[in-house]
Amino acid sequence: MELKGKAMRVGLLATALGTTMVAHAAAEALRIGFITTLSTPAGYIGEDIRDAFTLAIGEDGRLGNTPVVLEVEDDGLKPANAKQSADRLVQSGVKLFTGVNFSNVLAAVQPTVMKSGGFYVSVNPGPSVFAGAKCNPNYFVASYQNDAFHEAAGLAANKLGYEKVVILAPNYQAGRDALNGFKRTYEGEVVEEIYTKLNQTDFSVELARIRSAAPDAIYQFHPGGAGINFAKQYDNAGLKESVPMLVPAFSLDAQMVKATGDAAEGVYASALWTTEFDNDASRDFVKRFEEAYGRTPTMYAEQAYDTANLIAAALDAVDGDIEDADAFRAELAKADFKPIRDPFTFGPNQHPIQNYYLTRFEKNADGEIVQTVVERIAENHQDAYAKDCKMD
Amino acid sequence: MILFIEQLLNGLQYGAFLFLLASGLTLVFGIMGVINLTHGTFYMIGAYCGALTVALTGSFFMGLLAAMAGAGLYGLLVESAVVRWLYNRDHLYQVLATLGLILFTNEAVTLIVGRAPIFMNIPDFLSGSVTLFPGLAYPLMRLALIVVGLAVALFLWLLVNHTRFGMLVRAGADDRQMVDALGVNMRWLYMSVFGLGAVLCGLAGVMAAPLLAVEIAMGERILITTFVVIVIGGVGSIRGALVGAMLVGMVDSLGRAYVPQILTALLPYSVADTLAAGLVSASIYVLMAFVLLVRPYGLFPARS
Amino acid sequence: MSRFNRFTLTGLVMLALLIIAPVVIAQTDWSGGLPLLTRIVIYALAVVSLDLIIGYGALVSFGHAMFFSLGGYVVAVLLHHTNMGDTIFGWEGTNSALLLWPLALLACALLGLVVGYLALKTRGVQFIMITLAFAQMVYFVLVSLQYYGGDDGLMMDMRNTMPSIQLDDPWAFYYLALTLLVVWVLFCRLIVNSRFGLVFQALRQSERRAVNLGVNPLPFRLTAFVISAVGTGLAGILWANYAEFVTPDMATWAKSGEFLAIVTLGGLGTLLGPIAGAAVFIGLEQILTIWTEHWMIVMGPMLVLIALFGQQGMLGRYLKGGRHD
Repeated sequence: MELKGKAMRVGLLATALGTTMVAHAAAEALRIGFITTLSTPAGYIGEDIRDAFTLAIGEDGRLGNTPVVLEVEDDGLKPANAKQSADRLVQSGVKLFTGVNFSNVLAAVQPTVMKSGGFYVSVNPGPSVFAGAKCNPNYFVASYQNDAFHEAAGLAANKLGYEKVVILAPNYQAGRDALNGFKRTYEGEVVEEIYTKLNQTDFSVELARIRSAAPDAIYQFHPGGAGINFAKQYDNAGLKESVPMLVPAFSLDAQMVKATGDAAEGVYASALWTTEFDNDASRDFVKRFEEAYGRTPTMYAEQAYDTANLIAAALDAVDGDIEDADAFRAELAKADFKPIRDPFTFGPNQHPIQNYYLTRFEKNADGEIVQTVVERIAENHQDAYAKDCKMD
Repeated sequence: MILFIEQLLNGLQYGAFLFLLASGLTLVFGIMGVINLTHGTFYMIGAYCGALTVALTGSFFMGLLAAMAGAGLYGLLVESAVVRWLYNRDHLYQVLATLGLILFTNEAVTLIVGRAPIFMNIPDFLSGSVTLFPGLAYPLMRLALIVVGLAVALFLWLLVNHTRFGMLVRAGADDRQMVDALGVNMRWLYMSVFGLGAVLCGLAGVMAAPLLAVEIAMGERILITTFVVIVIGGVGSIRGALVGAMLVGMVDSLGRAYVPQILTALLPYSVADTLAAGLVSASIYVLMAFVLLVRPYGLFPARS
Repeated sequence: MSRFNRFTLTGLVMLALLIIAPVVIAQTDWSGGLPLLTRIVIYALAVVSLDLIIGYGALVSFGHAMFFSLGGYVVAVLLHHTNMGDTIFGWEGTNSALLLWPLALLACALLGLVVGYLALKTRGVQFIMITLAFAQMVYFVLVSLQYYGGDDGLMMDMRNTMPSIQLDDPWAFYYLALTLLVVWVLFCRLIVNSRFGLVFQALRQSERRAVNLGVNPLPFRLTAFVISAVGTGLAGILWANYAEFVTPDMATWAKSGEFLAIVTLGGLGTLLGPIAGAAVFIGLEQILTIWTEHWMIVMGPMLVLIALFGQQGMLGRYLKGGRHD
C-alpha cells in the first residue's frame, strides 16, 4: 500500500518533468531510502536535494544503468520522525539511504541504517561525531565535513589580510562548531565572539557591538531566515561598506540571495561550487536544472547531483547488485566519477578530500547577483577528525 | 556611552515593534476572552502582501496599504468563519482551532508563493542612516519603526479614551456581560476590534519586512514573545501592552548587549559563556515569571 | 447507562483494540504499524496525565513538555555516563530501568513541585503563560547543555535493561508501555474518585465555596500537578527508550501545544478520551505525511472543525453521559 503510494509519487514527479516513467519497473528496481526535510520553511532545501537527485536519475528511471525507485519521506525537520521513517524503510528491506539535510536528523538516521548493515551516503551534513571516533565503513559523505567551510573561511580571512575579526553564530551546537572551525585556521585576532539567540530575528544589538569593536571584517554563520535577516540588517546599518562580511556558503545560498537582494552584493563566501563554475559539466547542470524546475540550483542541489552520480558509478561497477556489501563499498570508496565540482578523493573516514574556493557575490551583466569565484583557497583539504577514525 | 544610547534605541525599536503586535492581541484577549494564536499569522500575511505588492508596483505606500488591507481582511475572515463561534468556549478550543488555522495558513501560503523566502527592499526614502549626534548614526528604517510604534500608541490612546468605540472597548475589557446587557451590538464591536488587531499586525509585518526574511512561519517566531508582552503588561490593557513591550524590548536588547560582558568579567570564561548564552535566551521568560509571581495579573490588569 | 459503566466499557474496548491491533497489523506487510502504536501509547500516557489537571482541575498547563523532556533526558544522560565508563558523583552508574526510571520520575516530581508551587500563585490565562515560561527556561537549558549535544540532542546507544523483559524487542516494549498506560489510567481514575479527587474537582467548580468550607486549595492542586508531572515524565522516559534519542525539541512549546490539542481533541475530564485523541492525532499525522508533504493543509482544517463542532471532544459527550459541566 505504502510502497505503491511512493512509486506513484515518483511517477507524478516524473510526469511533472514532462518525462515518462514506467511505474511497474518499480517491482525489480533498487529501492533507495530518501529521507529529507520537505515541509517547514527549510523545505526548499529538501526540494532542491530531491529534485537534483531525480534529475540525475533521468527519464528512464535509471541511476547509471540500474533501475531505481526513490522512497521519498519528509522528516519535517524532526529527528524522531526521521528515525521512524528509517526504521520503517529498513524493515521493508531498503539497503541504501541518502537525502538527509540536517545534522541533527542525520544523527537519528545514520545509526539506524548502520545497525541494519545498510549504506548511507550523505548529500549534505557531515557531523564531526561520525567523521571521527564513530566513523563507519558503510557511511560515506559525498559533500563535506561540517567544519570544512568554516576552516576554509579562516584561510580566506588570512589570505584577504584581515588582522582582527568579530565572529558570530547562533548559540547551538552547529554554531559553536562553526566558530571553532574558523578559529582553527584563522591566524589573526578574534576581538569578539558573539553568540546570538536561536531563532533571533533582530540583530541591531549585535550590529552595534560590531561597530564599536571596529574589526577588519566579520565572519558570521546564520542559516536560513536568520542569515537573510542578518545580511539585510548589516547592509541597512551601513556596516557592509566599512567592514567586509565573510560567510560560509550555506549562510547565503542561491535562494537566500534572492530574498536578500542588493544587501548580498560584496559579501565573501567560502564555497565548494557555485553556478559560475567555469566548466561544461557545471554549466550543463545549471541549464538542465533551470529548464526542469524553473529556478536556480543551490549548492545543495549540486551536492545531491554529485552524490547521485557517485552512487551511479558504484552501482554500475557492481551491476546494480549491492547485496555484496564489500564490493559495493569498495566501489563507492573509489569515488570514480566526474563530479560537477572539482574531483575529490575519500579520506580514511570516507569524507571528501577536496578543494574549497573563496567566492564573492557580485552583479553580473544582467544585473543579477551571482556568486563569482575569486580564487582557490584550500587544495585537497582534509577534515581534522580523520585521524580519530579507526575502521575495523 | 554612545554605544549604550544606541543599545537603548535598539531596545526602543524592538519594543515599538512588539507593541504593534501586542496592542491588538491584548484587546482581543481582554475584550473577547479569546486566545488567538493566529495573531502571528496576520503579521506574516501582512509581510507577504506588502512584499509582493512592492515587487509588483514598486511603491512602498501601495505595499503598506496592501499589507494592512490583506491582514485586516484575513482577520475578518478568520473572525467570522472560526473565532466568532468560540467566544464563549473554553480557552482550549480556541487554542486548538487557531493552531489548526496556523497550520492551514502556512501551508496555503507555501502552495501559493512557494517555500523559499521572498524579498522586500527598503524604500529609498527610508534607506541609509541619520546622524542623531556626532558618533551616533542610526538607520532610518529603524527610526521609522519607533515613530510608527509611538504614533499607533497615540492613536490607540485617543481611540480608547476619547471615542464611543473606545468607551465600549474599555467597558468590554472590564465587564463583558455588562456591555452585552446594555444592548450594544457586540458582533460589530468584536469584529472591529479583531479587524483592528489584524490591521496593526499587517502594519508590523510590512514595517519589519525590509529588515527581515519574509518567510513561512515567521509569525510563530514572535507569537510567544507577544503573549509574554501582554501577560506582563496585564491582559486587556493598551497601557500594559505598551509598558510590557518596552520592558521586554529593553530587557532582551540590553541583555544581549551587556550580560555576556558582565558575566565574562565576573566568572571564568567557560562558565560565563554558557551561563550568559542561556540567560540571554531565557531573559524575557525569567522576566515574565518574576512579574507574575509579584503581580499575578500583570502590571496593569484591565479588570480590577 | 451510568458513567461508571460507560467508562469501564470504553476502557475495555480500547484495551482490547490496543492489544489486538499489533497482532492484526503484523499479518499485513505494513512495517510502520507497531512503531505507530507504540508512539500512540506513549503520547496517551502523557495526555492522560495532562487531562488529570486540566479536565478535573481546570489547570491548563502550557508547559508539560518540560516534564516529558526531563524524564527522557535524565534517563539518556545517566545512560550516557554509564556507557562512557564515567562515574556520577562517585557512583559508577547503571543501565537498569528499575533504578533509572524511578530516579527520572523523582526528578520530574521535584521539578513539578517547584514549578507548581510558583505557578499556582496565578490562575487562568496567567497560569497558562507562567507554565509556558518555565518550560521555555527548561528548553533553553537543554539547548545550552553542550556536553550532552546541545541543540542536536543526545543519542542513546541502547535501551535500558529490565529483568526478564527485553526492551530492545519492539513487541515487548509495546506491551510494557501498554501495561504502564493501563496501570496509570486506573491510578488516575482512583485519584479522581477519591476524597482527594472530589475536593480537587470542587475547587474547579467553585473555589470560593471550597475555601469557605475550610479547604486550602494549594496542597490539593500542587499534589495533582506533581502527579501529572510524574505521568508525563514517565511518557518521556518511554519516548527516550523508544526513539533511543533525546532532543531539546521534546521541551518546545509546540510539543506542549500538541499535548493540549490531543487532550481537547479526545475530550476533557474523561481520562479515556485523550487516549482516543492521541490515536487519531498521531494516526492522522502519519497517514497524511505519507500521502502528501502538504499534509498540514488537511490537518489544519480538521483541527478547526473538531474545535468548532466537537463540543466535548471525541468521547467527552459519551463518557460524561451527555451531561454538560
